[in-house]
Amino acid sequence: MRSDRLNRSPLGLKIAAAAGLAFMHVPILLIFLYAFTTEEKSYQFPPPGLTTQWFAVAWNRPDVWAALTLSVKVASIATAVALVLGTLCAAAVSQTRFFGRETISLLVILPIALPGIITGIALRSAFSMAEIPFSFWTIVLGHATFCIVVVYNNAVARFRRISGSLIEASMDLGADGFQTFRYIILPNIGTALLAGGMLAFALSFDEVIVTTFTAGQQSTLPIWMLEELIRPRQRPVTNVVAMIVVLVTFLPILGAYYLTRDGDQIAGGGK
Amino acid sequence: MSTAVLFDNVSRHFGAVRAVDGVNLEIAEGEFFAMLGPSGSGKTTCLRLMAGFEQPTGGHIEIFGETAEGVPPYRRSVNTVFQDYALFPHLSILDNVAYGLMVKGVGREERRRAAEDALAMVKLPSYGSRRPGQLSGGQRQRVALARALVNKPKVLLLDEPLGALDLKLREQMQEELKTLQKSLGITFVFVTHDQGEALSMADRIAVFNDGRIQQLGSPEEVYKQPKTRFVADFVGSSNVLPAKLCQKLGVRSAYASLRPEAILLSPPGEGALSLNGTVSAHSFLGAVNRVVVDVDGARIAVASPAALAVPNVGSPVTISFAAHELHPMEDA
Repeated sequence: MRSDRLNRSPLGLKIAAAAGLAFMHVPILLIFLYAFTTEEKSYQFPPPGLTTQWFAVAWNRPDVWAALTLSVKVASIATAVALVLGTLCAAAVSQTRFFGRETISLLVILPIALPGIITGIALRSAFSMAEIPFSFWTIVLGHATFCIVVVYNNAVARFRRISGSLIEASMDLGADGFQTFRYIILPNIGTALLAGGMLAFALSFDEVIVTTFTAGQQSTLPIWMLEELIRPRQRPVTNVVAMIVVLVTFLPILGAYYLTRDGDQIAGGGK
Repeated sequence: MSTAVLFDNVSRHFGAVRAVDGVNLEIAEGEFFAMLGPSGSGKTTCLRLMAGFEQPTGGHIEIFGETAEGVPPYRRSVNTVFQDYALFPHLSILDNVAYGLMVKGVGREERRRAAEDALAMVKLPSYGSRRPGQLSGGQRQRVALARALVNKPKVLLLDEPLGALDLKLREQMQEELKTLQKSLGITFVFVTHDQGEALSMADRIAVFNDGRIQQLGSPEEVYKQPKTRFVADFVGSSNVLPAKLCQKLGVRSAYASLRPEAILLSPPGEGALSLNGTVSAHSFLGAVNRVVVDVDGARIAVASPAALAVPNVGSPVTISFAAHELHPMEDA
């Protein structure tokens, strides 16, 4: 039996934990704070005054809108591609036995384990060699490589929990392959796919490195922010956009967490 | 009566593993047929061959006169009750039972009525709105049965359906299954490793070992006249008398089987067919005492009624039995 005394952590540990959390999250709060500053050329602390004018400025800038729409489009299409391919791959790896199965499951996960810069360079040279012009679609392909992993990892965990006899039972009761997928598999892996899809969307939305190597003239939102930081004017606009990015990526990850917290780990959430 | 399932020299090899190896059997329509054997003996693979989850690597299968090879599970008029029941966790009990009708395109109202009838048949009316997770093991087993039977299969396959139930529930379900099978007249093919279950329920039993049928016959035949040492051993632990003792008793074959309960213990003396030995161990089993007698080095188990006195270990005894209880066996 455990006594209460053992459950209580010492004061030092509490302080260390609080400090650690603060170290991670205070800078994010500062980003939010500077979105309201009146000083547009440098970030001085404390801000000389507070204003909401940057929200209006950001709203009226066409380059913000172009970057935002591009990012949403890329993330949506990369997620859609990943949902189809990742699910198929997870189904193959978890439901059948074939030669090289373990190798394939490792190779699928590899893009997320490799540094993004390697993936980026590899894709860039591959596109050049194949003489594929850099475009919207090359960004989508680049993002799909790691989005597939996220979907695959979520789906494969759920597939493993579906007992093989469920699928056999469905077939036994007269359902063909399509009906079995529609009525038995999809309802059972649905939340895992939703969670994987949300994570994939969030990852794609704030991706910088692979995008740098696979984009042509286009700027996705993170790339736009990077470029904007170098310019001296209207700096708080970047902070306004950063706030939006945090919201757009944080909500899906939170959603994925709640959808899968009973049992499944959100694999690959750390990229 | 026509043939429900026909296996003509059927094999299913997985690489070098011969899961099913040259099996011949013919199951009659309306029969309660048990496939009995230890795990890995090929009985479940035979069931899966009937269901269509496996395809034979050799031989020929017919179900009601139609060739079964290459026919997918969803086009066969057989249904399966799975060992783990395989109820769909995301569907209500009623939707589980109605699933087979739903995928066949039966109308909503009609399949609801059929599913409710099926649930009433397995004595679970008014359970339709629950989820599989809210049911006990015995109840889930009944739902699995209803879900299979609602499709009116020509053959019902049962894969160790009672394995996960406790003893009392198992005995009750054995009776109910038997009654259900008689009233529906559907062919039941039942896989089990429990010889008691096979003996009490089946019309005929096929005893499997190493992918082959060791013996096929009525429960009484299989129990009383085991054809091989394996059957003698597996179906109710018969004594196997070695060649030396067979010779002594005037039996021609190399081995013979002798049921423990067919033997009488008496003080040393002479009987019609008897052997002398010494008691080497005994244990109390409730209705009987199990006494092990050493006869020339062969250990022979005797089931002696508990009312009789148990001789001490080391004391000389004579075991005697009627001549017809001794069954010569085919092989070693």
